[in-house]
Amino acid sequence: MQTLTNRAKPVDRHPMTRMEKLYLPAIAKGMGITLKHFFKKKVTIQYPEEKRPFSPVFRGLHVLNRDEDGRERCTACGLCAVACPAEAITMEAAEREPGEENLYREEKYAAKYEINMLRCIFCGLCEEACPKDAIYLSETFAPANFKREGFIYGKNDLLIPDPVKEPELYQKALGSRAKKS
Amino acid sequence: MADEKKLFKVTIDNITIEVEPGTTILNAARSIGGEVAPPAMCYYSKLKNSGGKCRTCLVEVAAGSTADPRPMPKLVASCRTTVMDGMIVKNITSERVIDARAGVTEFLLLNHPLDCPICDQAGECHLQDLSYEHGKEGTRFEFQKRTFKKHDLGEYIQLHMTRCILCYRCVFVADQLTQKRAHGILDRGDHSEIATYIEKSLDNDFIGNVIDVCPVGALTDKTFRFKNRVWFTKPVDAHRNCSKCCGEVQLWMRGDEVFRVTARKDEWGEVKDATDGRPGWICNECRFEKKDLKDWTIDGPTKVNRHSVISQGHYVGVQMPKDFLPEVMGGRGPKLLMDIHKVSEVNRPEIELSKIDGPAHGDDFAGAKQ
Repeated sequence: MQTLTNRAKPVDRHPMTRMEKLYLPAIAKGMGITLKHFFKKKVTIQYPEEKRPFSPVFRGLHVLNRDEDGRERCTACGLCAVACPAEAITMEAAEREPGEENLYREEKYAAKYEINMLRCIFCGLCEEACPKDAIYLSETFAPANFKREGFIYGKNDLLIPDPVKEPELYQKALGSRAKKS
Repeated sequence: MADEKKLFKVTIDNITIEVEPGTTILNAARSIGGEVAPPAMCYYSKLKNSGGKCRTCLVEVAAGSTADPRPMPKLVASCRTTVMDGMIVKNITSERVIDARAGVTEFLLLNHPLDCPICDQAGECHLQDLSYEHGKEGTRFEFQKRTFKKHDLGEYIQLHMTRCILCYRCVFVADQLTQKRAHGILDRGDHSEIATYIEKSLDNDFIGNVIDVCPVGALTDKTFRFKNRVWFTKPVDAHRNCSKCCGEVQLWMRGDEVFRVTARKDEWGEVKDATDGRPGWICNECRFEKKDLKDWTIDGPTKVNRHSVISQGHYVGVQMPKDFLPEVMGGRGPKLLMDIHKVSEVNRPEIELSKIDGPAHGDDFAGAKQ
């Protein structure tokens, strides 16, 4: 058979010599390799106590952003849903009523906003499509769940903590990559 | 006389056609179709005297006629200029036209707010198309955009004066379709605005057509306000027996809910004539009050241009793949399946958005299963 590369090595099938039949040198050699690794730098880390830094372009769980006054930025324009290749995002819009100006930034807001994390492929196109800087992908994973129902994320799961009422949680949710402004 | 009618030969972007005398350059170009047709924001073929205001349809006339082949010194508005025999017109082949159109678009956008994410017209807005195709990317306008105090145009029509580009189409509708014109344009220049004179309510049967003729989101349907984005609704052709109008409409549906009713539009975004030749204007009853599927006879899905955002997610000719699971599992189906409609809070069957008169509010969703 013609090989693709010239790096192929034929399997050595010659009968073992007397020395090889003793196995002891081979065992010693193998143990030596194991022992050598004790003193090498470990490639694993103790998750969840230790965590690896995320890559600057990592795309994790979605966050619905608020503005500096704690108002929801999303206006339910539907551009994230239309950009979504997996069709994971759905929403329903409502009109802001007088007295709700401290809750929602614009005249229209998303009364319901839902991302199906089972469908989501974390491509980040929703983040790119958003004209209001309202959705972005954070540095967290979607936590595991025993039931599929737990992966339908509503607004309660997605909204970032209020920067006015819960500044520490807000900073934590922003992550290390947040724009310094 | 009829058999000896002389046809004028006119060349638009190197395409020669013969049209009847008295045809405007714009209509001649539209009979060729495609990209040769200049965009029009104010001209509306179904409305008399419309056109000549927005200047987006400017074209270059390279030769006036065979008798007088001098070029016209300035760009002309193609919706108001009639063709001459032997006229040579340059539209997209002319640098001047493209440059002028970018300038006109910039002017139209000067005072137009950047609220497309909120605007219900987004997705079928002619100004969006115009700025996308002919406009420049950035803005040089550094001043406050003009704003207006809110006007109430009755319970069905929402007027956003800030979005208006003063094309006067709605004024012509009110003038030509209804008996009494109760709205027009007040003030001059930068301050001009569409208004009902001294809060006269617009209670004419055909006043709803101002929504269809509006090229931007200045006049929108209050019964559809914020209900859904147009590209998430399914356009369906339907008809009913109406004593007032032709009854041929387009329904914009989600599932079995009728979110919005509009007149049928042709490829230029204008209201199409009905199949019996009558104008396709529809009455307020059809437009605003028949939001039940039982009122309509469905003719079939509307053909939507593939390049339109409205065609997104409308999969045509899709075949359900064969479900192999029962076969592989020895006849039994999978035990763990999730029905998304049991979990999802969006599109709950107990909330019928189409039955809510105006836009939905927070409390409309409060009764839903959490």
